[in-house]
Amino acid sequence: MAVSRMAGLRVSALVAGAGLLLSACGGAKVGETTDAQASGGGQSGCGTFNLAVNPWVGYEANAAVIAHVAEKELGCKVVKKDLKEEVAWQGFGTGEVDAIVENWGHEDLKKKYIEEQKVAVELGETGNKGVIGWFVPPWMAEKYPDITDWKNLNKYADLFKTSESGGKGQLLDGDPSFVTNDEALVKNLKLDFKVVYAGSEAALITAFRQAEKQKTPLIGYFYDPQWFMSEVKLVKVNLPEWTEGCDADAAKVNCDYPVYDLDKIASKKFADSGSPAYELVKNFTWTNDDQNTVSKYISEDKMTAEQAAEKWVNDNPDKVKAWLPAAAG
Amino acid sequence: MAVPSLTEKSTPPAAAAGADDPPILDVRGLWKVFGPRADRVVGTPLAQLSRAELKHRTGCVAAVRDVSFSVRRGEVFVVMGLSGSGKSTLVRCLTRLVEPTAGEVRLDGEDVLACGERRLRELRRHRFGMVFQHFGLLPHRRVLDNVAYGLEIRGTKKDGRYERAREVLELVGLAGFEGSYPDQLSGGMQQRVGLARALAVDPEVLFFDEPFSALDPLIRREMQNEVIRLHREVGKTMIFITHDLSEALKLGDRILIMRDGALVQMGTPDQVVGAPADDYVRDFVSDVPRSDVLTLSWVMRDARPGEPLDGPELAPDTVIRDAARTVLSAGRPVKVVSGGALLGVVTTAEILEVIAGPDPGNPDSPGGESR
Amino acid sequence: MTAVPTTPATATAGAAAPGSAGGRRRLRGRYLAVLILAAWVLLSVVLKGRDTLALGGAELTPLHTRLNEGMDAIDAGRNSNPLFLYFINYIRLFLDESVTFVQALISQPSFGRPVPVVGWLGVTGVATAVALLYGNRKVAALTAAGFAAFGLLGLWEESMDTLALTLTAVVLSLAVGIPLGIWAGLSDRVNRVVTPVLDVMQTMPTFVYLAPLTLFFLIGPASATVATMVYATPPVIRITAHGIREIPVNTLEASTSLGSTPAQALRKVRLPLAKRTIIVGANQTIMAALSMATIAALIDAPGLGKTVLKALQTLDVGTAFNAGLAIVIMAIVLDRVTSAAGRRVEAERRAGRARGPRARRIEVGLVLAAAAVLVYLSHVYVWAAKFPGEARLGSYVKQGAGAASEWVQDTLVTYTDALKNLVTYGLLNPFQSLLAGSPWWLVALVVVALALLLAGRRAAIIAGVSLVLLVLLGLWHDSMVTLATTLVATLIVMVLGVVAGVWMGRSGRVDQVLRPVLDAGQTMPAFVYLVPILGLFGATRFTAIIAAVAFAAPVSIKLVAEAVRGVSPTAVEAATAGGSSTWQLISKVQLPMARAGITLAASQGLIYVLSMVVIGGLVGAGALGYDVVAGFSQYPLRGKGLAAGLAIVVLGIMLDRIMRAAAQRAAARPASQ
Ligand SMILES: Nc1ncnc2c1ncn2[C@@H]1O[C@H](COP(=O)(O)OP(=O)(O)OP(=O)(O)O)[C@@H](O)[C@H]1O
Ligand SMILES: [Mg+2]
Repeated sequence: MAVSRMAGLRVSALVAGAGLLLSACGGAKVGETTDAQASGGGQSGCGTFNLAVNPWVGYEANAAVIAHVAEKELGCKVVKKDLKEEVAWQGFGTGEVDAIVENWGHEDLKKKYIEEQKVAVELGETGNKGVIGWFVPPWMAEKYPDITDWKNLNKYADLFKTSESGGKGQLLDGDPSFVTNDEALVKNLKLDFKVVYAGSEAALITAFRQAEKQKTPLIGYFYDPQWFMSEVKLVKVNLPEWTEGCDADAAKVNCDYPVYDLDKIASKKFADSGSPAYELVKNFTWTNDDQNTVSKYISEDKMTAEQAAEKWVNDNPDKVKAWLPAAAG
Repeated sequence: MAVPSLTEKSTPPAAAAGADDPPILDVRGLWKVFGPRADRVVGTPLAQLSRAELKHRTGCVAAVRDVSFSVRRGEVFVVMGLSGSGKSTLVRCLTRLVEPTAGEVRLDGEDVLACGERRLRELRRHRFGMVFQHFGLLPHRRVLDNVAYGLEIRGTKKDGRYERAREVLELVGLAGFEGSYPDQLSGGMQQRVGLARALAVDPEVLFFDEPFSALDPLIRREMQNEVIRLHREVGKTMIFITHDLSEALKLGDRILIMRDGALVQMGTPDQVVGAPADDYVRDFVSDVPRSDVLTLSWVMRDARPGEPLDGPELAPDTVIRDAARTVLSAGRPVKVVSGGALLGVVTTAEILEVIAGPDPGNPDSPGGESR
Repeated sequence: MTAVPTTPATATAGAAAPGSAGGRRRLRGRYLAVLILAAWVLLSVVLKGRDTLALGGAELTPLHTRLNEGMDAIDAGRNSNPLFLYFINYIRLFLDESVTFVQALISQPSFGRPVPVVGWLGVTGVATAVALLYGNRKVAALTAAGFAAFGLLGLWEESMDTLALTLTAVVLSLAVGIPLGIWAGLSDRVNRVVTPVLDVMQTMPTFVYLAPLTLFFLIGPASATVATMVYATPPVIRITAHGIREIPVNTLEASTSLGSTPAQALRKVRLPLAKRTIIVGANQTIMAALSMATIAALIDAPGLGKTVLKALQTLDVGTAFNAGLAIVIMAIVLDRVTSAAGRRVEAERRAGRARGPRARRIEVGLVLAAAAVLVYLSHVYVWAAKFPGEARLGSYVKQGAGAASEWVQDTLVTYTDALKNLVTYGLLNPFQSLLAGSPWWLVALVVVALALLLAGRRAAIIAGVSLVLLVLLGLWHDSMVTLATTLVATLIVMVLGVVAGVWMGRSGRVDQVLRPVLDAGQTMPAFVYLVPILGLFGATRFTAIIAAVAFAAPVSIKLVAEAVRGVSPTAVEAATAGGSSTWQLISKVQLPMARAGITLAASQGLIYVLSMVVIGGLVGAGALGYDVVAGFSQYPLRGKGLAAGLAIVVLGIMLDRIMRAAAQRAAARPASQ
């Protein structure tokens, strides 16, 4: 694997270099082009940095920027691994993942890998605030202004009936990656709704996109930061405010989701390695706006993650400088 | 009117050695029962049931029921019967392609059923050969390789087995087709390949399971002649299965007739035709031109007093058809003579009776019962 | 549970029974079945909502918790069991090295070079040469065009990664599967043991074992290879066993009568004669392996699957379609080449010595030399190593597909919504409320009774045990919801299968047009078209049904077409001569005579629909599919996910056995009716 990852970079170098040569003379030989990447590119001492990439664009933005800086500034060999969260955490145990750079809660996994197995450590917040809750498309919030108060939801339940909801209003739940309390919430708040599982982020986004376009009613579980928010700014429905401990018992929840401080996790081995990349991940913080900018480059402007990261890094040299380890900076 | 009994029969099988020689193949009380718990049938009262009854009671099929016979060296022994009567099963039991349920099979005195895997394979490789109704050729091999197959699996070197295979192909008249594949040959040619394959290993006993029934009549006749020729040339013992009576009569030294798995009659062709053991056999042989099969010994009668005895002489094993011209043109009784002794006489009346059917006024004649 | 036609029991038993008594018994059976159904409907209204054993999305039963703990225990014991670990470790190393080696050859920079050992020209050349030598000129041209398309779509490297992984997995699957298949073909006992294991391997959703797999084989090619092999090996085992078993007895007997040992019979008779069937098995294995490309990407398997998944994150249908198209092209190329190779085995034999071995040797030499030159060029020169050009075609495809998807979603949504509501309210909801809304014991009773009536005692026992298992797994309600969706989807698949299959079977032209479309439906990763169908039908069970139908209908259509084509021409001729109209010909001759094939199409359709349950979970089908998906994503739900996977397996085996027994029973009926 290590070989193949490194290769990806070399190939991109080759495209740039060889492309030029090719236009000049058709018979260029392999190896005649000097491989800029292999020789230059910062100091060594970083080695390989295994970065998990969880499957959502916001995470990819974090990962791309960190990878870009690690490669360009620290000379690391970054190996990105596309993994779902649970598999990524598992990777701490097997030594195949060094860091996760946007973690949403996951108290259970923290308990298992940090407290019990002691193979991972927390590296602090990313600076992003994760908001989870129930959202409606903007046209609904405009047409029914009081819908954003949960107390009025039953009044509108009829609007949300679908073929799936068995005569009740439909509450579209989402990506199975997130633990939701929605079934308990509906019950405990005595709402005339039925939770329907969309099953994937793609399904959820498509549903909201169509709801806004076709002006059809929809209420569902969503979250922010999320690239789709910059396409359609969903409006959050206010549930009873979250207070410490109100969600302690999953069956008795009757309050909103807390605001998550998204954080970073690293493997214990990585933390002890003294790698400059470790310092980088530890220091990394940015705002929701920063992440949304990079996400937008990727999702709407169709840049590759690398291009997007490069653009953002070039535009924000000061922020980047603050993340670099003392020695490298 | 004397109908010769089996013991009186004076004509020994044409090619067979003396009847007193030990048989090459001896089968005693052979049973084959297919079905669940087939071993619980033989030796119990169930064994007495008819085939249908047994099937109904136990779900078992008694394909071969208590069959005994022996085959002499050099003999062509024909097994016949209607479809489903158990012929194939019987012959497969002899080489244990089908494992018999009970009984005894001895090859030159050796108990075939007691052989171990290895010994059985030895027997099959060196002493048995078999030709099948549906040829069973290997479609992915050339004719030459098909014929050499038996030698190949017993470990003969390539040169040796090809040489032998060519020899045998020559023998069956297929020289020049060595490189063809089976599906490029006609049915008759394919069966010649099957025959060559069986002959290639130079077996002592050849088994034929309805080898020609898939062939058209012309080719069938040709192949039958081929077998007769081969038998004359190589003199092998042959056990030949057919449900075609004329084939049986043409080839067989002796014929065994089966019905529902059991033996109903065994004897020479003229015995079977001339003295059917029961209605089943009678039905079976009713279509045969009797004059082609029966010999003078079947129709001769004692000379009546005063009859002229100066007519031509014929041997008792002369087939009636061959004797007809002589008898009809003689104008007086023809003497049937063996070793100088007068056995009886034959006149036009007896010959006509066989050829044209019985005289309605004389139901006592040999062909009297047939329709 | 594969494409091996199972010969229906012959009619001997039925023929023995007096016709009239059998007829009466059958009539009574039908009458009883209707009665049972009516009673069920009545009782379900009365008892609605009682004892339905519903379980909330995040709720767990003690069993699920225990499964979770069990998986944790395995996880924890992983490091303390050195023997186990060494063994697995060596396998993992071997797999990793194998894939990496092939990657180094064709897809990834290696040996200090900025490009793989063999560039696009060389790979295309070798692939074309192989197609030419083992297939024919036509598939060779197809191969060359297909490989060029990977480059033109801008996906050369990704395609080669997928090819590397697929080929490695296929080679290993065949290395394991063919010997096992031979063994199962020779021994009834082995066959009996192997069959249920293969059933489980094929119906257990990949999502269930994907995460645990990475514990043992770590993240990367090894895990992806194993996951692929689990799914791809069963077809070759089954089909090889079938081929070995189906050798004509005549031929075998002849060989035995000459004194061949079992080993000789295997080597010289069975294997050569089964060769063609084994190649069909290999073909199926290749297709199955390729269909895992996307799912394997969930654990970082390199290649086109990754591109699809990444695109899905931003709902970029164009990019996903582009990559999906490359997968389809690869599948079609591999399918056509292996099929042609299979036919060639036959043709070569028939041709006999028409062309001498010398001519062949010269041809092989020339082709190999040409390929070697291309390999050399691609090794040395940049233009032959790295696919030139800017992948214009790829960007057109992306834009086109993206625009098409958008247009379809915007303009068709009102009609599709109506269609969805029609099917859901008219068929799916009533059916689901019958299955999932009545008490579990009532449903179980009805199913067992029907199985007994239609399929016999054995099937009834299997049904009973299966249903009890579903209750024990704690997922009764979800299972019934999934069952309802599955059966409706299978019904649609069969309607399509019979209509399109007959059409295709009767006309070569239709076949030619339809076949590539069906191939695409079968091999295009569902992830590619999820977004447009979600746009059209919303996150609903109906969307899941559409996805399942898109995947399963092609198989059924092809099988029905095959069966219709297989109806003896004499029968068709006789009927035509008798003055039948086209419709009479179809309904009175071709369909009845193709019954065995149609039954097979139904059972295959069902299995394929079941294998889409998890994808259904991703688009709003909820129930078992969602349980599995959630189990893959959420740590606390792992145990429940595993239970749901088992429930899918149980459903699959139950339906398969009932259907097969019922079909056998139907086939055993006297034909006079
Ligand atoms: N393997 C088997 N299992 C069960 N029954 C069998 C088996 N082989 C043969 N039988 C039954 O044994 C009986 C005798 O069959 P066999 O093939 O020996 O008859 P046959 O005289 O050779 O008929 P044919 O002239 O049609 O070849 C038949 O009733 C057949 O159904
Ligand atoms: Mg027979």
